[in-house]
Order: sequence, then C-alpha cells, then structure tokens
Amino acid sequence: MNSSVIVFPGSNCDRDIAVALEKLQFKNKMVWHKDTELPKSDLIVIPGGFSYGDYLRSGAIAGKSLILKEVIRASEKGCPILGVCNGFQILIETGLLKGTLLRNKNLKFLSKDVYLKILNIKNKFCNKYTLNQVIKLNIAHNEGNYFTNEEHLKKLEDLELIPFKYCNEKGVIDENNNPNGSLNNIAGIFNENKNILGMMPHPERMINKLFSGDDGINLFSSLMN
Amino acid sequence: MKISNDIVEKHGLKLEEYDLIKNLMEREPNLLELGIFSAMWNEHCSYKSSKIHLKKLPTKNSCVIQGPGENAGVIDIGDDDAIIFKIESHNHPSFIEPYQGAATGVGGILRDVFTMGARPIALLNSIHFGDPKNKKTRNLLHGVVSGIGGYGNCIGIPTVAGETKFNSTYNENILVNAMAVGHANKNKIFYSKAKGIDKSVVYVGSKTGRDGIHGASMASAEFDENSEEKKPTVQVGDPFTEKLLMEACLELMKDKSIISIQDMGAAGLTSSSVEMASKGNLGIEINLEKVPCREDKMTPYEIMLSESQERMLLIIDEKKEKSAEKIFRKWDLDFVVIGKTIEEKKLKLNHNDQKVADIPIDALASKAPLYDRKWNKTKLPEKKVKFNTLKKIKFEDTLIKILSSCNQSNKNWVTEQYDQMVMGDTLQRSGSDSALIKIHNKDKAVAVTVDSSANYCKSHPFTGGKQIVCESWRNLISVGAKPLAITNCLNFGNPENPDVMGQFAEAVSGMKEACEFLDFPVVSGNVSFYNGTNQRNIYPTPVIGGVGILNKMNYKKNHILKKESNLVLIVGKTFGHLYQSVFFEEIYSLFDGPPPEVNLLNERNNGKMVLDLIKKNLVSSIHDISAGGLIIALSEMCIGSELGIKIEKPKKMRNLFEYFYGEDQGRYVIEIEATNLNKVQKLLKENNIFNDVIGKVQKDYFELSDEFKINIKELYNLNNKWYYNY
Repeated sequence: MNSSVIVFPGSNCDRDIAVALEKLQFKNKMVWHKDTELPKSDLIVIPGGFSYGDYLRSGAIAGKSLILKEVIRASEKGCPILGVCNGFQILIETGLLKGTLLRNKNLKFLSKDVYLKILNIKNKFCNKYTLNQVIKLNIAHNEGNYFTNEEHLKKLEDLELIPFKYCNEKGVIDENNNPNGSLNNIAGIFNENKNILGMMPHPERMINKLFSGDDGINLFSSLMN
Repeated sequence: MKISNDIVEKHGLKLEEYDLIKNLMEREPNLLELGIFSAMWNEHCSYKSSKIHLKKLPTKNSCVIQGPGENAGVIDIGDDDAIIFKIESHNHPSFIEPYQGAATGVGGILRDVFTMGARPIALLNSIHFGDPKNKKTRNLLHGVVSGIGGYGNCIGIPTVAGETKFNSTYNENILVNAMAVGHANKNKIFYSKAKGIDKSVVYVGSKTGRDGIHGASMASAEFDENSEEKKPTVQVGDPFTEKLLMEACLELMKDKSIISIQDMGAAGLTSSSVEMASKGNLGIEINLEKVPCREDKMTPYEIMLSESQERMLLIIDEKKEKSAEKIFRKWDLDFVVIGKTIEEKKLKLNHNDQKVADIPIDALASKAPLYDRKWNKTKLPEKKVKFNTLKKIKFEDTLIKILSSCNQSNKNWVTEQYDQMVMGDTLQRSGSDSALIKIHNKDKAVAVTVDSSANYCKSHPFTGGKQIVCESWRNLISVGAKPLAITNCLNFGNPENPDVMGQFAEAVSGMKEACEFLDFPVVSGNVSFYNGTNQRNIYPTPVIGGVGILNKMNYKKNHILKKESNLVLIVGKTFGHLYQSVFFEEIYSLFDGPPPEVNLLNERNNGKMVLDLIKKNLVSSIHDISAGGLIIALSEMCIGSELGIKIEKPKKMRNLFEYFYGEDQGRYVIEIEATNLNKVQKLLKENNIFNDVIGKVQKDYFELSDEFKINIKELYNLNNKWYYNY
C-alpha cells in the first residue's frame, strides 16, 4: 500500500503520521505543497499542524495550494483521503467536506485525551473497529467545534456519515462529554462516498501501549484491508 | 549629537560606566555606539553582577560536552546522541504584555537550542504569579498560559512539564521562565564562534522591525508606575516563521556549510555579531542598508537595537552560499549577505557607504564592567512557633483545604492548553514528577523537570539553593531516570541591594554544594535581576531545569497507584519539619522559621537506592515527597488512578500533623507488591535507609483511620476545581 502525506509550511504532525503509516507497513512518501504531481497513492493524508500559521483562517491558505488540486482529482477517482485536525480544516476549506469548524466553546486551545464511540464500521477507515466500541484518542486544537446547517446535519445522520462522536469512557454521548461544543458531539465526518474522512482527534498519537494507548492503530489498519 | 548625562542615564548606563566607555574608545561615542554599549553592558547581556558568583558552579563531568557560555548546554547520553537544553527568563516583557511576552520567551529559548543543531523535542516552563486576589493576576495568568501554548502548539514542539505558582511577592513582577530541550547527533553540534577572515556574514529569517528596541535594557531595571509605557519594547512573536526558520536551519545543518551560527535574541543584531566576533577573536563589518527591514527608513540605531524575533546570523563557507540560499528560499525566508568577518577586532558598521560605528570588540565583551557587589548574609531563622500552642484543627479539614488551594490543586486547566503529544514521542506527560520524551527511533528517553521553592530560598537562600537542586534530582529519579545535568534560571530582585545580592550569592553557593555532591553539573542558564517594583523585591526564586536519562523505556515509572493490595512504603526519615511548609502557610498563615534541612548524603543514598529498586523491577509506582509533605504525595498517587490507600497511623510519631505535613527532604513513597516486602526492606536495611510500611492500596477510598475516608472521585474533584472556578 502506498500513502502520501502532504506537507505545508507549518504542518507539524506530518512526521507523526508518517511514523504511524510506516509502522503499519505503508510505503509512505512526503509530498511538498508546491509539488504539482502526486505519487501513486492508495491513501492521501493531510496532517495536523498550523499550515501557514493558521493565518487568515485555519486551513484557508493551504486549501488554495497547488497540490490540493491533485488531491481533489484523486478523491474524485475514489482514493481514500484522511484529514486530521488542521487536515480536517483544510478539507473543509477545499469544499471536499461540508460544514465549518468554529472556535472551541471555551475559546481556548484544548489538548486532552477524549473518548469516541464508533458509530459506523462499514467504511474504509473503521472496519477494524467494532460497532459502538469506545476508543481513546487525543485532541489538540483551537477550532474543532463542528457546525453545519440543519439539512446537512440530517443528511450526515441519515446517511451514516458520522463515523464517531465524543462520549465518556462508558460510551455516553452528551453535552458533558463534548470537549469543544461540536454539533451532536461530532468528532469526524465522511463525504457521501465515504472515501474522505475529516477528524479532529489524532489517531497517530495512539499507536503504542507503552505511551498513551494504541486505539488509533485500527484506523490505519482498516485502510490496509 | 553631543551625548549628555541625561542620554547616558536613559540608556541605563551609570556615569562611571560612560567614563569607562570613553576610555576604551579613546573618544566620545556617537549615539549609535552608545546604544550598542548599553545593549551589551546591561545586566541581562553582560552578567556583570552575577559572573563572579556563577564561576563557583560545577559545569563539567564525564557527560558534559558543552557547559555555560554557548547558546545552550550540551550533554552526552550515549550512542552518539546529545541533549541540548537551556532555561531562560522572560519576566519583564510578560508582565507588560503577557501573551507576547510569554510567547517570545518560548520562541527565544527554542532558537537557542536549534541554533546548536538540535531538533527541539520538549518545552517546559515555570510561571509564577501574584496573589489570585490581586486584580492583575487573572489576566496575566490567562495571557501567559495562552502565549506559551500559542507558540509551542503552533511550532509543534510538545510542552510537557512545568510549574504554576501563586504568591503575593509576584504581584507586580511575575516570573515566566521557559526551557527547551533538543536532541542532536553529538558529532554535529554547531557553535557561535566565528572562524576565518573574509567569510560572509549572513542574515536569515524574519525582517527587522521597530519592535523590542532596548528590550534587554528594560529587563535590567526595576519597574515603577510608568512601566506600562514600556509596551513598545516588547517583541511580537511569529511561531509560524520560527517553524520555517527551524526547518531551514536544520536542513542546512545536514551538510557542513555553516561555520558558525548565533540567534538574534536579547539585543538582536548587536549581541549576535559581537558574540560571534568575540568568541572567534576577530572582527565583523556589516553594511546596515542590506539588513532586510519591515519598515521604511529605519535608522542604524533602530536596526542594531531591534529585538524582532525569528532571526539568525550565520557565517557561511563561501562555496556553500548558493545551496544555503536555496534552502532558505524554499522556506520563503530572507537570506542576505550583510557583511564579512575582518581581521581587525572591531565591530564596524556602515550605512549607505558612510561609516556609522567603529567599536573594539573587546570593549563590548571581555572588557565590559564586572561587579563584586556588596552582599549581606541571611541568618538561619529560629524556630519560634511551637506547634502545640496553635489553634486545634481537624485533620480532614486541613487536607481538603490544602488539596483545593491554588498552589496544590492540579494544573489540568493549564496543561490542557498545551499540546503535549505532538511529535509522537511523549512517553509521559505532565502531572508526574518528570515528563519523559523518547529519543526518536531509540529505546531510551530523556526525563525533564522544572522546580523552584521560593519560600525555602527566602527563608534561607543557602539551604534553599541546595534543596532545589535535590528536588530536581529526586523528580528525575522518581520516573526511573538517572539524573545527568541541570540548567538554572536565577530570578532575583535588585542586585544593587546588598540583601538581594546576598540571597543570590548564597543560593548559588547552596546549588554549588548540591551539584558537586550529586555530580549534577550546571550546563546552561540565565540570570534575571531587577525583579522588583519601587524597591520591593521578589522572593529569591532560582528555578532549576533538570535532565536525566531513562536507558530503557520499560523502566518508566510514575506516581499513579497500580494495584489493589499492594503495599505503600515511605523511604527516608521523617522528622516532621513544618516551618516554611505548605501546611503552615495555608492553614495558619505562618511564614517564619527555617526551611527543612538538606542532608546531601541521605539524598544521594536514598536516590540511588530507589533507582536500584526500580531497575530491579521492585517498584510499581513512586512519588517524591515535596511541598505539602507525605499526605499530599499520597493524595496525588490516588488522584488520577481508580485506587486509594488505607493509611495506618504511625506508631512512633507523636504528632499527626508533623508526620503527614512535614517537609523533610530526601524522601520517596513507593508502591510495591506485598510479596516483595521482605526483599525491598532487606535491600533498604543493608544500605541503612529508613523505611516504613504506611498503608495498603485499596479500592475507591483514600483513608486514614479515625481521621478521614474520602472517595477517590471526590478527592479528584477537590483537587481539580480551583482553576476552573477562578
């Protein structure tokens, strides 16, 4: 399996994602944002960080970069695309995913471990998890408060385009366990074809039991299936 | 322009110092030259009051590659790996503009580390604020914490450990100390010493603006009621540009293009060029019109004294200029040859073909004034208060009060604003005695911690200086690491006051004694004087940043209880010293008496023994006993786990409060498997180390017979609420 990680000036989780992918035996290539061609990829990852310093608006400038045109083209051919944190913000800026990511409800940068309930396993990204499984991942962001209009929200729910929601360790999804104020505790969303996933939590940070846990591994191993 | 006395004083120079300048120059300086002298001779850059005392500190042992004097200290951790680290203060700017002050403090210390060829792998901080009731404190806290987070999160270096403290002594002078730790190949370390004549002096990074002019001079004077007006001297940070600068520098450092490199920190272009020339025993000529400027019509004075951030000065091999420039262009950064090295040992500045300054390098560096200031000894305070004369109080009430107080409550509110996990190598996050960062692709990790104890240092600076080194040592051991070396940030008041100077001299002597005894050298550091306002000085607050090595990741330990029915032991002798304790301060508002005694022999023995027990896999969890004493250490072991402890009352101790709240040094709590009790006690006994079983791990409750029984969740809530309610 070949993967490509897109690197923007200011990306800072690019190496972390590459480590995770390589651990899972992906043949990974780093792709500089000024490149105009993508290597052959079975997975494209847009990593977290502060592309262009989050200036103007998180992800706004990166969303207009040269390589993104290639990413959009690959997505149209069905290539799986994963955007984590700032990567999710960039996917929204390109229009590949709909909605918006607002400032966190407490108006502060928030970095902590959170629990997620897996709500849909019939897709490329979550098939190694079990339905309703509760996993622990880490979040670290300023703007992760997902918002969209009612019509789109209904569509997300009806078409099962929400792979996971914030919850507590027992799987209870409620306002007390919503770290950033996201609508319906949404932690990530798919496009309609479910080949594009944008998520705020960082799966690449949970790939080792000795560290903070390894609940993130199955997201990458799902993609190997 | 004629230099008047008034102009001299506005530059923070004494008239005697101005006379010395005229002597060294053999003429009157012009305004630019005076500005350059003021930037180099102020306390912050010249260490003129502290140098003779700092010389006492041990700075070498078998693991030290580079001690103080460079951008940061370098130690060898084996397998060609080096750790490069330093702590630095940004106190004055942070009080005036908390977000930017703290952010640029982080940016500055990171540059010190990657300048030497290291990729930064961890950030730490020690921040001290005034009384929470003081009306400025809340804003300062919010600003500083988000500034530290804002910079570290954006550049993508995890902020993994730190301390946040409150005391009215900092009402008008907060402390913001930032530490950076980096990893490098020990054969690829870069220094600031210039080499070779006629080599290109290259400016890289951000453009120069009018911000931060005379920032270092500001940090070399007390505050008064007009300090607010100093806002324009605070620099503005841009972590995004620093990220680009860091990546560009590290990319360039892969080959041998760089002859020497120095970041532009305090006193900007002035100190970086002088430093490189002085260390290289040569001169530098700069054409100032070539310096990339952010604003039009900047004068040579402004260019030389600007403290704009995210800039570096390089001396580059001429054959490598083109390839080096390409790297910086790739990262959208300026790369301009602004001058060259010259044989004549002078700083020569030109502006549009006019000579604007010509100063002997020695006059700025080695011949800068040095002071042996008058200092007074601090007497060891007497133990006046007798505990049995104090008002009786319920043990449970004291525990609840202390655990929910601002200084003892947990710091989740703070640490949640810092990305602790980016880079993927954080083996242990903050909240433990030390954080652990894995060396990328290796089975080992560095342990890092920052510590201070201003109350002890105020009471008796010599003992306080010793204690704080020991505490750092203990915190490293408590995660299973072997302590290696320290960096120190010495925050004091006005050195022209003999009492303050005495606090400094004695705290340094105390550190020296402990560092020597523990073979724990000082490899880098920073002095921050003039932390005072209108003649009121802060408590002496030396901050120690400690670094240790965990040779196998499996040795990793923390303080969280592991298993029901395990036994809890105290290691080290308890005397019940309550003076200068958290208990006396929080419960009785008592601030007098001496700090606990520091017995270096016990400290070393106990530490080494505990480390040995960890290596023998006999320890399940461990916590050092520090502020708040045994009971607070035990509480912290329960908080964050699902388990509690059933504590037995000690048979021999006459007073419960002294036993549980006493802050005697050199002690640890360890959790062990019940089946290992004999083995552990035998080892401790063989080494003459006092120990006692004090309780047993149990489900759900933290309990002391007849005194209290608190549910673990409740204990957590008590300990967690202060910041969220503030």
